[in-house]
Amino acid sequence: MTEISIEALSPNREQPVPGEPENWPRFFSFSTDHKVIGIQYIVVAFVFFLIGGFLAMIIRGELITPEADLVDRTVYNALFTMHGTIMLFMWTFPVLNGLANYLVPLQIGARDMAFPRLNAVAFWMVPVFGVILMASFLVPGGPSQSGWWAYPPVSLQNPTGNLINGQFLWILAVALSGISSIMGAVNIVTTIIRMRAPGMTFFKMPVFCWAVMAAQTIQLFGLPALTAGAVMLLFDLSVGTSFFDPATGGDPVLYQHFFWFYSHPAVYVIILPVFGVFSELFPVYARKPLFGYKFVAVSSFVITGLSAIVWVHHMFASGTPGWMRMLFMASTMLISVPTGVKIFAWVATIWGGKIKLGTPMLFALGGLVNFLFAGITGIMLAAVPFDIHVNNTYFVVGHFHYVIYGAAVMGIYAAIYHWFPKMTGRMYYEGLGKLHFVLTFVGVNLNFLPMHPAGLMGMPRRVASYDPEFAYWNVLASLGGFLLGVSTLPFLLNMISSWILGEKAPANPWRAIGLEWLVSSPPPHENFAVIPTVVSEPYGYGKNEPLIASPMASTELTSELS
Amino acid sequence: MNIRLILKLAAIAGVMTAISLWVGQLAYTWMPVPASEEALLVDHLFSFLTTLGTFIFLGVAGTLLYSVLFQRAAKYDEGDGPPIEGNLTLEIVWTAIPLVLVIWIAGYSYRIYDEMNILGPMEHMHGGAAIAAPLTLAQSTDAPEAPEAPEAIEVHARQWVWEFYYPAADVTSTELHLPNHRRAKLTLTSEDVLHGFYVPAFRVKQDVIPGRSIDFEFTPIREGTYRLRDSQYSGTYFAAMQANVVVESSADYQQWLTDVAALSPQPGLNPSYDEYQVKVENRDNRPGWKTVEPAPYPLVNYSGASVLPER
Repeated sequence: MTEISIEALSPNREQPVPGEPENWPRFFSFSTDHKVIGIQYIVVAFVFFLIGGFLAMIIRGELITPEADLVDRTVYNALFTMHGTIMLFMWTFPVLNGLANYLVPLQIGARDMAFPRLNAVAFWMVPVFGVILMASFLVPGGPSQSGWWAYPPVSLQNPTGNLINGQFLWILAVALSGISSIMGAVNIVTTIIRMRAPGMTFFKMPVFCWAVMAAQTIQLFGLPALTAGAVMLLFDLSVGTSFFDPATGGDPVLYQHFFWFYSHPAVYVIILPVFGVFSELFPVYARKPLFGYKFVAVSSFVITGLSAIVWVHHMFASGTPGWMRMLFMASTMLISVPTGVKIFAWVATIWGGKIKLGTPMLFALGGLVNFLFAGITGIMLAAVPFDIHVNNTYFVVGHFHYVIYGAAVMGIYAAIYHWFPKMTGRMYYEGLGKLHFVLTFVGVNLNFLPMHPAGLMGMPRRVASYDPEFAYWNVLASLGGFLLGVSTLPFLLNMISSWILGEKAPANPWRAIGLEWLVSSPPPHENFAVIPTVVSEPYGYGKNEPLIASPMASTELTSELS
Repeated sequence: MNIRLILKLAAIAGVMTAISLWVGQLAYTWMPVPASEEALLVDHLFSFLTTLGTFIFLGVAGTLLYSVLFQRAAKYDEGDGPPIEGNLTLEIVWTAIPLVLVIWIAGYSYRIYDEMNILGPMEHMHGGAAIAAPLTLAQSTDAPEAPEAPEAIEVHARQWVWEFYYPAADVTSTELHLPNHRRAKLTLTSEDVLHGFYVPAFRVKQDVIPGRSIDFEFTPIREGTYRLRDSQYSGTYFAAMQANVVVESSADYQQWLTDVAALSPQPGLNPSYDEYQVKVENRDNRPGWKTVEPAPYPLVNYSGASVLPER
């Protein structure tokens, strides 16, 4: 095997040239290199984040006054439907897949993912279903206007009577997204189980990999339910079956169970990798080991398990009997325990350390505080009598935006800044990064905190118009929203100019401990010249012990010089 | 762990407790005026959760803030911090305490839900009015002129208007009237899609499911006019699907029923239909997509106001 050259194995395979950010065409190709695919995911996802954010700006523009006076009601309903759908399926899931794709092989000491071509196929599906989803704006009748949940019977009402309508395209895009995600999940879970470097037992593996594995396990058991529900909905919509249509004997609440059986665990798919990011960053920027590493690692899987048995908390006011509401209240409350373990561990990691407030640390800290707040309102929502009052109001919208924007997006930004030097070989501009943080943190709190009193006072969600008593909170929220829109500008400026003109980055600009920091920035094509043997647990700050059996100094120097 | 440290921590905990209790009291003001028995229970629960949540938030965020302000690395210090990897006792404690806390919260919430006893779908109907009333119900003080077991008011939801039918008096209206201090019994039905029966002042909500008839109960305790809003997204004019709920004394309620029964049916409230006419005649020049047509004006004895009265 060692006598056959790489070229002879597959002579037509394009080799991306390592250490050459100027070779930008490879990012537009069907590359099987996990590092290229990771960046492709992140960039495409960010484009959709901007689109979804633009829709949010129009929504906040409508809601700054009580009357429905900016856009037609049908347009508003399409806006919030598409905003939610794009943000979930086109931004958070792909960007986190991108981060996982980039980091997991490097962090576990592998040369690539287990299935590189499946990896590329899963990525290239993203622009395809993205285009299908956006195309729904152009068909008669417009995009889906039934909310990102697509509850029947509303989602089955088809005013134009056409076969190819917005709802049809929506279901198609979501189903394709599910298939792409399942491919990604199979790949990542296999990679983590089978391709860890020698010496890297599970309890020597970085927490980011634990968290990603826990998240992708959820995708594997949850997505089939969503896909099944989507297919049945599509049949009801297009072919006249009666799974969910009450007029012909179907049960609309059955759809809700299929939908939420996946969509609740889906939120943990989003937050678990972010938890992983926090667990990676706090040790670096406090120069201390992660406190309670084993508890934190295992808690990821406890969350995975519990996430499967809480879905009815989205249906406390729906067609659910009292005993079911009580059962799921209990399971939902329980999930705060492993989550609390993580929060306390992070605080204990930071406490007594030597803290440096670089941009990644600021975003991680901001994310942690926002998540703490969101977790507390989450426990409130788990209490059925209280949820009956605030279900389907802006209190819920405020809660989940604190999680998604306040914690997850800020965590994603933290990760992008932290690993930007590794991915691009350039340093970003710290000043712009800090500006971005301030605008984001203020914007998140100004936009989403006022939603809580609005919901408590009884303002429903998904409304294009509202009673004047809610105007004050909505004006504040809209100002925050516009600030968030503006906050993306320093980030874009920073990323683009740094990638082109930034100072060259060393292999380990943060003096962090981890396999990814042992190779050059950016890493060579095959990641490691020699697969390292891991000898110690991660996060060995202050302990002066080597991470791997033999130093990779010579390889590192070679790639730095090439 | 010396005495001074323990005293300092105790003092901080004391201040945190005081602030948490104060915020817990504030929490009552963030809710609409409680207008039902259920609202009183829910507001107590919310205040309790807010107090607890404030304490936890202050504790964790306060610790972080202290750390970020006072434990920063010195300017040229590139060294590491102490290699503390964990503390088994602490980790067990911070797993066990939240576990106990959530069990406590869940138990308290269960008791509140049981007391509220709003029924809902698939609930076993207890025969007779007395059993359905919660134990802490304030006793009605006005003379019982209403029948002992008031029969259910029918609530018909359709895109996008609420219609109420009082079977005994044979009265239809687009404004819900209820007698004060009497257990309100409603039967919720939808003629098309999912809707949500939600009166924030009462803290009650139930999704209305087409193809099912759902029994729903609560007890108003305060005269006034409140808002009923559709809470489960139901299509184009969802936000406009609102109605007023008028709680009045039993005597006034009976009087209203009698007066209104004599009125001949006329088109009731339907803001969605009004708006739709504007769109159809393109009087607002705003482009939009094709929509499901709103139901026409329901024929009612009494239509009521489209907005809350000026306070």
